Amino acid sequence: MNSETRILIVDDELVVRESLKHWFEEDGYNVEVSEDAFNVLQILQPDKWDIMLVDIKMPKMSGLELLERVKAIDPECIVVIITAYASVPTAVEALKNGAFDYVTKPIDPEELSHLIAKAVKHKNLKNENISLKARIEEMINLGDLVGESLEMKKVFELIHIVAPQDTTVMIRGESGTGKELIARAIHLNSPRKYYPIIAVNCGALAESILESELFGHEKGAFTGAQYKRKGKIEMADGGTLFLDEVGTLSPKMQVDLLRVIESKQFNRVGGNDVVKVNFRLISATNEPLEKLVENGKFREDLYYRLNVFAINVPALRERRTDIPILANFFVNKFSRLMNKPNKSISKDAMEVLNNYNWPGNVRELENAIERAMVVGTLPEIQVENLPFRIENTKGMLDSLEDSERLHIKKILEKYDWNVTRAAAALEIDRVTLYNKMRKYDFRKE
Amino acid sequence: MKQKAVLILFSFTNSYTNSSTTNNILDLLSRTFPFEWEIVDADFNSKDFYSHPRKQYHSTKILEQALEKYSDNFEKILVLTDYDLFVPVLTFVFGEAQLKGKAAIVSTFRLHQEFYGLLYNEKLFFERLQKEILHELGHTFGLIHCKDWFCVMHASANIDEIDMKSDHFCNICGKFIVD
Repeated sequence: MNSETRILIVDDELVVRESLKHWFEEDGYNVEVSEDAFNVLQILQPDKWDIMLVDIKMPKMSGLELLERVKAIDPECIVVIITAYASVPTAVEALKNGAFDYVTKPIDPEELSHLIAKAVKHKNLKNENISLKARIEEMINLGDLVGESLEMKKVFELIHIVAPQDTTVMIRGESGTGKELIARAIHLNSPRKYYPIIAVNCGALAESILESELFGHEKGAFTGAQYKRKGKIEMADGGTLFLDEVGTLSPKMQVDLLRVIESKQFNRVGGNDVVKVNFRLISATNEPLEKLVENGKFREDLYYRLNVFAINVPALRERRTDIPILANFFVNKFSRLMNKPNKSISKDAMEVLNNYNWPGNVRELENAIERAMVVGTLPEIQVENLPFRIENTKGMLDSLEDSERLHIKKILEKYDWNVTRAAAALEIDRVTLYNKMRKYDFRKE
Repeated sequence: MKQKAVLILFSFTNSYTNSSTTNNILDLLSRTFPFEWEIVDADFNSKDFYSHPRKQYHSTKILEQALEKYSDNFEKILVLTDYDLFVPVLTFVFGEAQLKGKAAIVSTFRLHQEFYGLLYNEKLFFERLQKEILHELGHTFGLIHCKDWFCVMHASANIDEIDMKSDHFCNICGKFIVD
């Protein structure tokens, strides 16, 4: 829509201002005029006008000076210089100073029409570029990495610190905490983002297969190797290699990997040619590597090579405030994926989710919500829609304090928040109950 | 009763008066716009609009004079001329109109094939004239340039672009004229 394009015409001649305004209005543009460069500068702010047509010769301030000052305030504004034949060299100078183009007076209608169409296209492309960049940024920053807890904010901060560097990163955390997502976020925020991130799960493959998977192989290297094949390390050239579950690497693979990390070169299985590679290494583990080192199961030198910058991802039960946020995030995600109307989570179901221990962490929560979305028919997710294991743990909590909190809340609700009757039922005095209520921040809803 | 509109013929040769072209134009105007059209010869002094350095006539000034003389008695004013028109910032214009206003002007000067060094073609000339009249009067109904390449309200910066579009309003633009 042309009406979304805002054009400002700055010219000291009324007749020029009026005829250009009229011309652009017939095209449906949103047009303003000004006879004075000073007035423009007084009200100019970023993103006020998309296109500015500026006469090069004006009494108080020249078009060139105005161009310079406009570009300082709003670098995205497209400035077109209007000039007479005599001052074409000045217009060329304007182009060097950031003007989009220039037109000579009187302007050929066809030229003006093409010029403005070109400027609008340029503006749209720029806007599209900005919006795509913002979307990518959003995807990087958010993605499935969701959390507002202090623990997760710390993780996000570490990602932002380490991502632009080429430092080797080790991500520690229980299974299902989102270690791979963090590795991807680091990669996508790094200068290597235009190259691939290659993920290898070291625990999922037998040693012989892992070797060929990582290093590739030459034709005939072993039975079945009919073709030469690039390994994951070679595929990660220029980008990031993400090794998950490094704690499961065999002693031989540890030696081979150490050699690659140190020399950035290797041989394909069954080959003699040296392959040089340049990659950033991110590894992840849920095993206590220090203990493995102590027991001689993990090479100390490899441990230090991998553990340059460590990021510890908290378990979901350590950041309970994120449970509702994550739960709602997954509800929205699956509504979209399953093409279902957006559901909410009932109060009871949310309480069950909040109180569960989540040994499988975010992955388990994601699966639980997916299941609930599939089986639930009501607009709200109910307790009975949750997986059997979670549902049955209602009330089964890790700590005594958690159990106490839940029990007191239940009794208060049962007696309609009558403290005297609730205290009697709990067999404690009212003062103690008040103290507990203060401790757990209970208020009648 | 229909409101009144006027077609003003402003030409140093008076070539339009009583010609078949004039009748065809009147027919077109009556069919397309809901007015009772009258035809008059302009009593303008062409010198008032002439620019010596440019050897052209200032269309905005012609419109101003037409409005001064005819706006009291007519709801729409169309000036038809064979002078070459300009507005100061542009090299030439095929016509000009007041957006959502009363008056419009169309020049035949650059609509002839001879202008482009080609053979006279009356049919093509009239088609072009018809399109320009509908286009400029369309502006007086508040229509801006249309994105539809075939709509008569599509912008035309040169003669080829006039030839490319049709002599009809698209469905959306057409509604503005009927209403």
